[in-house]
Amino acid sequence: MMNRGREVIVIGGGLGGLWATLTIAEAGHRVRLFSLFEVMRSHSVCAQGGINAVFDAKGEHDSVRQHIVDTIKGGSYLANQPPIQSMCEDAPGLIRTFERMGVTFSRTPEGQLDQRLFGGVKHRRTCFAGASTGQQLLHGVDQQVRRLEADDRVHKHEWWEFLSLVKDADGVCRGIVAMDLRSLEVRAFRADAVVLATGGLGQIYAPKTTCSTNSTGAAASRVYQQGARFANAEFFQFHPTAMLGEDKTRLMSEAARGEGGRIWVPRDPADRREPARIPEAERFYFLEDWYPAYGNTVPRDIASRAIWKVTRELGQGVGGSDRVYLDLTHLDRGFVASRLGAILSIYRKFAGSDPLQAPMEIFPAAHYAMGGLWVDYEKDTSTGGMRPGSPRNHATSIPGLYACGECDYAYHGANRLGANSLLSASYSGRVAGEAVVSYLNGLATGAEAMPAEYFDAEIRYQAQINQHFMHARGDQNPYHLHQALGALMTAKVGVVRNNAELDAAIAELAELEQRFARLDLAEANAWANQSLAHARQVFDMVKLAQVMAASARARDECRGAHYKPEFALEMPPDKYAGDPEFEAYRARWKANNAEWLKTTVAEYSTDSPRISFEPVDLSLLQPEQPRDYR
Amino acid sequence: MTDAHEPRTIELRIRRQDNPNSEPYWHHFALPVRAGANVVSALMDLRGQPVTTDGTRVDPVAFEHNCMEEVCGACAMLINGRPRPACSALLADLDSPVTLEPLPKFPVVRDLLVDRSRLLDNLKRVRAWVRIDGPWDTHEHPPRLSQQAWAANYLYSRCMNCGCCMAACPQFDQDRPFVGPAPLAQVRLMNAHPTGRYDKATRLHAIMAEGGLSDCGNAQNCVRVCPKEIPLTTAIGELGRQTTVQLLKDLFGGA
Repeated sequence: MMNRGREVIVIGGGLGGLWATLTIAEAGHRVRLFSLFEVMRSHSVCAQGGINAVFDAKGEHDSVRQHIVDTIKGGSYLANQPPIQSMCEDAPGLIRTFERMGVTFSRTPEGQLDQRLFGGVKHRRTCFAGASTGQQLLHGVDQQVRRLEADDRVHKHEWWEFLSLVKDADGVCRGIVAMDLRSLEVRAFRADAVVLATGGLGQIYAPKTTCSTNSTGAAASRVYQQGARFANAEFFQFHPTAMLGEDKTRLMSEAARGEGGRIWVPRDPADRREPARIPEAERFYFLEDWYPAYGNTVPRDIASRAIWKVTRELGQGVGGSDRVYLDLTHLDRGFVASRLGAILSIYRKFAGSDPLQAPMEIFPAAHYAMGGLWVDYEKDTSTGGMRPGSPRNHATSIPGLYACGECDYAYHGANRLGANSLLSASYSGRVAGEAVVSYLNGLATGAEAMPAEYFDAEIRYQAQINQHFMHARGDQNPYHLHQALGALMTAKVGVVRNNAELDAAIAELAELEQRFARLDLAEANAWANQSLAHARQVFDMVKLAQVMAASARARDECRGAHYKPEFALEMPPDKYAGDPEFEAYRARWKANNAEWLKTTVAEYSTDSPRISFEPVDLSLLQPEQPRDYR
Repeated sequence: MTDAHEPRTIELRIRRQDNPNSEPYWHHFALPVRAGANVVSALMDLRGQPVTTDGTRVDPVAFEHNCMEEVCGACAMLINGRPRPACSALLADLDSPVTLEPLPKFPVVRDLLVDRSRLLDNLKRVRAWVRIDGPWDTHEHPPRLSQQAWAANYLYSRCMNCGCCMAACPQFDQDRPFVGPAPLAQVRLMNAHPTGRYDKATRLHAIMAEGGLSDCGNAQNCVRVCPKEIPLTTAIGELGRQTTVQLLKDLFGGA
C-alpha cells in the first residue's frame, strides 16, 4: 500500500535540502522546509567552478569508471565505494535534469554542453555555468521548490532555526523543536521523517574560512549531541590560496598558480618595503625552492602545508603575520586579464587593490568538511553500487533522521576532488529524498500518534536554555567566544597537526565550553535577537570542535587532508615501482593502510566524544598504488 | 609609506529600529578598521563592542549576511543613500561618515534587517520557473543552444534577488501593486528557455495584469543600481514587445 500524504521536515535549503524537498514532495508527501534565511541564499551559491559528470564529449576516452577511481583515490580510499559508484553513474542524469529545470550550462560552439578540466584529474569532465555554477544550480532547484510551494505542496519556514529533535520512547525521530528568529518563539513540529541538510562547518575556523557565515555546523552538532554518530571529523580541506579578510577569507582559484602565479615572502619578515621594491634576491620563492619539479603548481594540500610552515613555523610571513604573496605582476597583462579575469575582479572588488599592480596577499583557509554525520547505505550486490530507493540510504544512526549534503560524510573520504561537492550535494539530496519515501511507506504509525508531552517537554527544555542565555550576566561575549574558537582551531586543529597541540586543543576547548557559564549576551531585546541565536550556535560549534579535535587526536597517520608530520611516510626520491627502496616504501604504505584505513566514528557522551572505528567497503578498488605526483 | 595594515578610524551613522512597529532612531559609532574592510566586516566588529560615540553601550545592530562574496544577496542595504550589497562596499571607497539604513520599500524587521518576502512572492506571481514532469532523468540530451543565446540568458540568471533594483524603483512600494524589475527579468529568462517558453503566454498574462509591466515608469534606476549589472531595462523592453504580440494573439487568436 502506498503511504502517501505523510509529513516530512527538511532542515536546510541548499542544494541537498532542496533536492530532498523536491523528491519527497513530488512523491506526494507534504514537506515543511526550515531555513535560517531565504533558502536561495544558501552556501551552495558560492561554488564557482562546476560539477563533475562524465559525458566523454572531448575525445579523451573518459569513463564513469575513471570518475569513480579519481574520487576514490582523491579521498585516499577512505570513502565507502558503493555510494561513490552510484553517484558517478547518476551524475550525467543529474546534469540533464538541471538543464530541464532551466540551468544554463555553458555551451561549446556547436551548442552542446561544454566541459572543463579541474584539479586532480586528467579528463575534461566538469560542467559549468559561467563563473557561478553553484548559484545557477541552486536557483534551478529553488524555482522548482517554489513551483511546489505555489501549489501548497511545500511549506517554507524561513527565518526559523532548528534547535533539537523530538524522539519517541524507542528513540525514533518524530519531529523537531525550532525557534522563530524574529519572535524567538520556540515551537514543536511533528514529522514522520526529518532530513538534515544543513551544510558545512567552516565557521569553526572563522575568520580563516571561505564558508558563509551561516555554515556553522550547529545543527549537525545538535543531532550529534542527541545521539547521531559523526564520522571522519578530522578531515577538513584547507584551500591554500584565499585572499585575506577580517570577515572571511575569499577563495582565489588555483588557476592563479596554474597560469604562472608565483608564491613568495620577503627573506626578511621585517622588510616593510612595498613588494615591487623588493629585489629578486631578497625574495623567498619557497614552493619553487622546496618542490623544484612542481614549483608553484604543487597540489592543494602540499601548498597549504608549505604556506603554514613558512608563516607559523619559520615566522617568515609578510610582516611576520599570516600572509604570503601570490604574485601575478611578472606576467603579461593581457594574458592575465584574459585568463584570470574572474580572479582579478574578485580581488579588486574585495581587497580594493589591483593584482596587476601589486601581489595578492593570501593564506590557507578552511574550505570543506569531508567528515559529517554518519549515514548508512544498502549495497546492491548485483551492481556493486547503492540499492536505489533503499530506506537505509543516507539514514543517520537515529531512526527517522536522514542527512545529505556537506553535513554528511559519505562521498569524499579523506579529501574531496574539485567539482565533486555540487555533485554530492545534489545527488545525496535526491537519494535521501527517495530513501525517506521508502521509509514512510514502511512506517506503521506516524508522528500524529505521539503524545503531546514529548513535544511539550522538549519545548520547555529549549526555552529554558534561551532563558539562561538571555539572562546570564557574566563577562563572556558570544562574538568574542567565536573568535577564540576560530583562532584555537586554526592554530591547533588546522593544516598541520601534532598530538601535543591536539591535547592542548582538547583542554582549551573544554575550557572554552566552561566560559559559556559566564556568558553575557549584552542584549535583552526579545525581538530578532541575533546574539541569542549566535551564542547558541557557538556553543554547539564548540561541542563539534571537540569531536574534530578528538578524531584528529585518535588518527596517528597522514591521510588526505589530515596531516601529522610525525607519522608521515616519505616516498624515496628517484625510486620507482620495482626498485627495492620503492617496494619497501609500498610495503610500509600497505601496512599503514592495514592499520588506519578505517572510518572514524564519534559518539556523544557527557564528558568527551567516544571514538571508535569501522571498516571501509573497498569492493571496487583495493589500495595497491600510493599517490605519486612525480 | 603608511602600512596598509594599520587600522584607521571610521564613523558609522546607523538608522536603527527595535521592531517593525517602533520608531526609527540613529546611533553613531566610531571604530578602527583595516584596509580592505567592508561594511559587513565593520558591522561584525561592532557586534562585540557596540558602544556609540557618546560612550553608551547599546544593543548590537541586527543585519543580514551570509556568503560575503556578493552572490547570495543577503546583505543589501542603503549605504550613503544607495542600495547595494554591504559585503562588497569597501569602507575605503565611501565618504565618511558612512550612513547605513535598511533597504527601503521592504518592511523593516529590526535595524538593518528587512523582510523581502514580497520579492519572492512576486516570483510566484509571474511563475518564474520551468514546469518539469518531475525531478527524474528523462534520458534525453540537453537541447543545443548557441553560445550567443547562452550568453544573453546567462546575464539574467545571475540575479541574486538582493532587492536593490526594487529598492531604487520609484514605482515599487509596499502599498503599490507593481511587481518590480527583478521578477520581470526572470520572465524574460524563463520565456527564452527551450521548454520554459511553453508557458510564455501564462507569464505574459501575469505581467499584463494589474501591477505588471505597464506600471514601469522607465526611470531606469534599477539598471543603474544592479550589483550584477543585469540589463533590466533591456529585459523590460523585450517584454514590452512580447506582451504586444501576446495582446494581438489574444485579440485575433493564434498560438
